[in-house]
Amino acid sequence: MAYSDKVVDHYTNPRNIGTLDKSKNTVGTGLVGAPECGDVMRLQIEVNHETGIIEDAKFKTFGCGSAIASSSLATEWLKGKSIDEALKIDNMEIVEELALPPVKIHCSVLAEDAIRSAINDYRAKNGLEPIESEKTHF
Amino acid sequence: MLKLPIYLDNNATTKVDPRVFEAMTPYFLEAYGNAASKSHPFGWKCEEAVDYAREQIAQLIGGNEKEIIFTSGATESNNLAIKGVFEMYASKGNHIITLSTEHKAILDTCKHLEKLGAEVTYLSVGGDGLVTVEAIEAAIKPNTILVTVMYGNNELGVLQPIREIGALCKSKGVLFHSDATQAVGKIPVDVMADHIDLMSFTAHKMYGPKGVGALYVRRKNPRVKVTAQMDGGGHERGMRSGTLNVPGIVGFGKACEIARLEMAEEGPRLRKMRDRLETSLLQLEESYLNGNKEHRLPHTSNISFKYVEGEGLMMGIKDIAVSSGSACTSASLEPSYVLKSLGLDDELAHSSLRFGLGRFTTDEEIDFTIQCVTEAVNKLRDMSPLWEMFKEGIDLKSIEWSEH
Repeated sequence: MAYSDKVVDHYTNPRNIGTLDKSKNTVGTGLVGAPECGDVMRLQIEVNHETGIIEDAKFKTFGCGSAIASSSLATEWLKGKSIDEALKIDNMEIVEELALPPVKIHCSVLAEDAIRSAINDYRAKNGLEPIESEKTHF
Repeated sequence: MLKLPIYLDNNATTKVDPRVFEAMTPYFLEAYGNAASKSHPFGWKCEEAVDYAREQIAQLIGGNEKEIIFTSGATESNNLAIKGVFEMYASKGNHIITLSTEHKAILDTCKHLEKLGAEVTYLSVGGDGLVTVEAIEAAIKPNTILVTVMYGNNELGVLQPIREIGALCKSKGVLFHSDATQAVGKIPVDVMADHIDLMSFTAHKMYGPKGVGALYVRRKNPRVKVTAQMDGGGHERGMRSGTLNVPGIVGFGKACEIARLEMAEEGPRLRKMRDRLETSLLQLEESYLNGNKEHRLPHTSNISFKYVEGEGLMMGIKDIAVSSGSACTSASLEPSYVLKSLGLDDELAHSSLRFGLGRFTTDEEIDFTIQCVTEAVNKLRDMSPLWEMFKEGIDLKSIEWSEH
């Protein structure tokens, strides 16, 4: 199976690989997937308390090229967005942007889950209720 | 000059040896007869060529040319052997013994026969991929008609104790079939010494063409027969009808002859390159060899690079053609059942690469592969959250993972 140019680009030059300080209450961490499934994503956001804007985003991913590209793209999109805007990122936008084939849609779902999980971790650290997912993936 | 991409997937298939190709060409354009046409020189020429190939093939495996049944490949040979024995020996029993690490052509054939009343025992293997003769002996029952055990495993390269299993089956009066697809042409295989009654193998794994294989069917001591699974003109002693693929068979014969003459030189040469590749890659932290190190084909190495996902890794070494046990590379989304049969965690199965060297592999290609795989593993570990956790001393088993 051939990868799209965009997947290859993100895989070859991943954006925002790294680790943010988990102990800071401005940082939210999402860890999704499972090693036995062959995909684990860790996505972190750093939020400016004053403005509510995501100022930094980092990821590390264990997975195939599409999983790496999905999380790399997610961090790119997250930076500069408000939490509310970030929650609107839909996995199908990732699928379209990276031209993922049907067998790789789960990679985009995982990236969306990672975003939501990072946001909820940030909210929990700051005494806020988690946001429930409205959609169900199949 | 190093030419990219590099082919290290010789367990999947091999390049046709130019000498084989050359031997085949006249049988497309000049001697294009039907080997079964007995009334004119076009047929005679082809029959002669087929007979000669049969001898070349029989000689490689220590059999007689009358014991070679041509098929379309090892999958068909495996089907013919197992279904053919099940049907032919139905009055003797219905029990078949095999291994959980066999090729799908064996496992799915057995599953098919289970629906038709066969009783099949799927023996598990040890952590090194090998079955013991004792395990097979313990599984043999009065209604056992066939034991089928592969010679060399396609994913791991491990060699089962074929000779001992053959001797056991002979002493018990049970037929013994071996899927020797990966072994024939690579290591000495002798159906007499190994007490093999039926054996499947194919041309395209030994630098011959695709689409032609053989089933060895013993004619003496005991005389074995299989019920045809393809009905028609009664070719191949009635066991496999269908016009013979003459150019393919000629190429198969030539490939066997070359293998027989060059194996003593080629085996050690490939082993040396394989060992160099393997030793270098196993120097990477948290990398593990899968399967028994000693009892193994000389050209195969299966290595897991922990905390790196196989398909992601293959993308990082895109100039090198290899296979992975990762789920993402298979349609089923399950990691390799062979690796899982060794008791490997799913994550290690996901992290595996299979290197299959071949006749045309060069030292320069091995150097490039070592460098490229090392760089890719290191790069992917730098972006792997699991590697970071491992380095921080976090036990991954202690984490509650969210399944998806």
